[in-house]
Amino acid sequence: MKQFLRAAVVSVGAALLAGNSLATELTIVSWGGAYTASQQKAYHDPYVANNPGIRIINDDSGAEGLAKIRAQVEADNVTWDLVDMVASDAIIACDEGLVEEIDPDTWLAPAPDGTPASQDFFAGTLNPGGTNCFIPSIVYSTTFGYRTDAFQDKQPATIADVFDLETFPGKRALQKRPINNLEWALIADGVAGDKVYEVLSTPEGVARAFAKLDTIKDHVIWWAEGAQPPQLLADGEVVMASAYNGRLFSAIAEKNQPIAMMWDWQAFDLDGWVVPKGVKDLGAVKAYLKFATDTQRLADQAKYISYGPARHSSGPLVGNHAELGIDMKPHMPTNKNNVTSVLNFDYVWWADHRAELDERFNAWLAK
Amino acid sequence: MTQVPSDVIRTADGTPLRLSLQRTQFQSRLRALMLVLPLLAFLTVTFILPILDMLYRSIDNRIVASILPQTTVTIQAWDAQGGELPDEAVFEALVRDMQAAFKDKTLGRVGRRLNYEKPGMSSLFRKSGRNTRKITEAPFKEQLLAIDKRWHDVSVWRLIYRESGATTSSYFLASSDLRLNDQGEIARQPEPRRIYVTLFYRTLWMSLLITALCLLLGYPVSYLLATLPLRTSNLLMILVLLPFWTSLLVRTTSWIALLQTQGVLNDLLVFIGLVPEDARLQMIYNKTGTLVAMTHILLPFMILPLYSVMKTIPASYMQAARSLGASPFTAFIRVYVPNTVPGIGAGCILVFILSIGYYITPALVGGRTGTFISNFIAVHISESLNWGLAAALGAILLAVVLVLYLLYDKIVGVSNMRLG
Repeated sequence: MKQFLRAAVVSVGAALLAGNSLATELTIVSWGGAYTASQQKAYHDPYVANNPGIRIINDDSGAEGLAKIRAQVEADNVTWDLVDMVASDAIIACDEGLVEEIDPDTWLAPAPDGTPASQDFFAGTLNPGGTNCFIPSIVYSTTFGYRTDAFQDKQPATIADVFDLETFPGKRALQKRPINNLEWALIADGVAGDKVYEVLSTPEGVARAFAKLDTIKDHVIWWAEGAQPPQLLADGEVVMASAYNGRLFSAIAEKNQPIAMMWDWQAFDLDGWVVPKGVKDLGAVKAYLKFATDTQRLADQAKYISYGPARHSSGPLVGNHAELGIDMKPHMPTNKNNVTSVLNFDYVWWADHRAELDERFNAWLAK
Repeated sequence: MTQVPSDVIRTADGTPLRLSLQRTQFQSRLRALMLVLPLLAFLTVTFILPILDMLYRSIDNRIVASILPQTTVTIQAWDAQGGELPDEAVFEALVRDMQAAFKDKTLGRVGRRLNYEKPGMSSLFRKSGRNTRKITEAPFKEQLLAIDKRWHDVSVWRLIYRESGATTSSYFLASSDLRLNDQGEIARQPEPRRIYVTLFYRTLWMSLLITALCLLLGYPVSYLLATLPLRTSNLLMILVLLPFWTSLLVRTTSWIALLQTQGVLNDLLVFIGLVPEDARLQMIYNKTGTLVAMTHILLPFMILPLYSVMKTIPASYMQAARSLGASPFTAFIRVYVPNTVPGIGAGCILVFILSIGYYITPALVGGRTGTFISNFIAVHISESLNWGLAAALGAILLAVVLVLYLLYDKIVGVSNMRLG
């Protein structure tokens, strides 16, 4: 509420100063909550301060980003200027021609040492699934958190422990979708991390993953919204939960909950910007993007939320948390201590199998 | 006009009364129409047209034909049942179509559309689209087959052939856990993928149960409200309306706090020793959670119509029954209850229809066994983006509601329903 009021006051103030007719409005769609707040502080506020002619309007419907872009482009009435979405949605949007193609080296700022943007962003992140419409801003991960007071002698440390009800009894919270859960089930069942999608491509592999999930099915609470798992952990409703690492960080560091992170086989994913096709003022959007995705801005965002910047050059600039003063580097999913085992999400594989496995997963759940 | 019979009644200015009456009636009808016109236009734009659009989307299949125009024409000459791959002409058409679609960035839509029917089509089209750019001359067949071995699969071509029409039945089939197999015959989905029939059945059954619970809980409350003195009943009425005015999300979340295994109710049960600490009851994230939360949320919709009907039943009816020798119970059953039937009807149909399409509460407290079909419609609208399937599921839900409404009309009679 405070955030909203501040944003409202700032934008009204900006409008009054600039005069309504002169102000260029940018409608930026993102995920709301702590995430939009971190973008507001790291990107929007400094940009508006330097560009008084710009007004930024936050729209929190990021969760429906793809569906709504599609509706806007189909109706030929594009009201959004910039949309924050996960890479798998950006691939679909790009494949369907709903968003602008980008040229990283002309659109984006080079690193401070002159490295062009195309080299500075992590390899492959500008072209997920072979598309070229996506500008990554963060690397986030879905990983496990557990209650530190739930187990006496041994704490869970590996993904296999999630499936080990004998050593670690209690309820678990998992995301209500097949993505990641099937991969983790196979890894816990002994499949090598780099062979997961190969095994999942066979009917026996899928059956094996579901059979492994069956072993804990009665002890799982399924979550749908990112805010749920930290809450379930905090309430003691579950003893371990898969969750977005930034949400877990906020529960641990900002709210002092007795929760710890388990980084084993954290599942990396990317979140970033796409520009809907047919925006009113492409020039203004590009100017904003150049600023908001430069090395310093990406590093700044990590002061407010524990997601890793997607540029190599931003890594060393990540500093302390803006309010707590703690060093943010160890909390980044990309930190070298946290990446001993990482599940690299296969976008192309999931584009093929999502529809089928969603159905199968839901049918499995309903039984 | 001298033939006009003298018994025709005329107004003061000499026009026959019948004509004059017709004119005034027409004018008043016109006025009435003008008055409702804004609402009618509003409803047409915001309600009727979207529903028609939804119904159309559930069979609409223009994607393949509009993005692969040459292929859908040439493939008609192919013998789909023959088991042989199509000839060079079809391959050439497909390569040309794919090249054009890749340039327009529309090829992804075809891939995604066909992927609903056959997993793997999405990557097949993406890969082929990128690689067909290089193909400029014959033999097209050989070159396309070299790009991906899946083009050797006759069932891929059968799929394109089958989905090349302007309409499709596949969304409705999928909503009924059916599919078209490679031969184009209707078959059941493989067992692990069957889900929607179960969900429809669950949605109907649980909505009925919620309606029954609301009636059971709402009837005595409404009776109390209708018979107590006004001062007391007004206070009670506020207690009924207060939750009605409270945000839906707040009420649902409060139920989570109350019912979860570490929640208030479980703490209480453990404290008084009814339930051992290690066997706390699971009362939320399952059917129980949905039943409790939804009954609570929909209860006012039962109480209000019941109350407004009960309020109009004169106390003298019961007194008369008693004075004629009926026991209080008989008087209640034979005189009072029949008088409340319009309220029961209105409340039940209101609660039932609201609950059958309910979305947010089952999503939050339903867990894996307490979700409704509407949750899956929402998933297909905003997550999987399979709008055709969402539309088909919605159309079936609409049809089910209409059938039940007609059934209700046959048994109880819609005219015999009062909201107040």
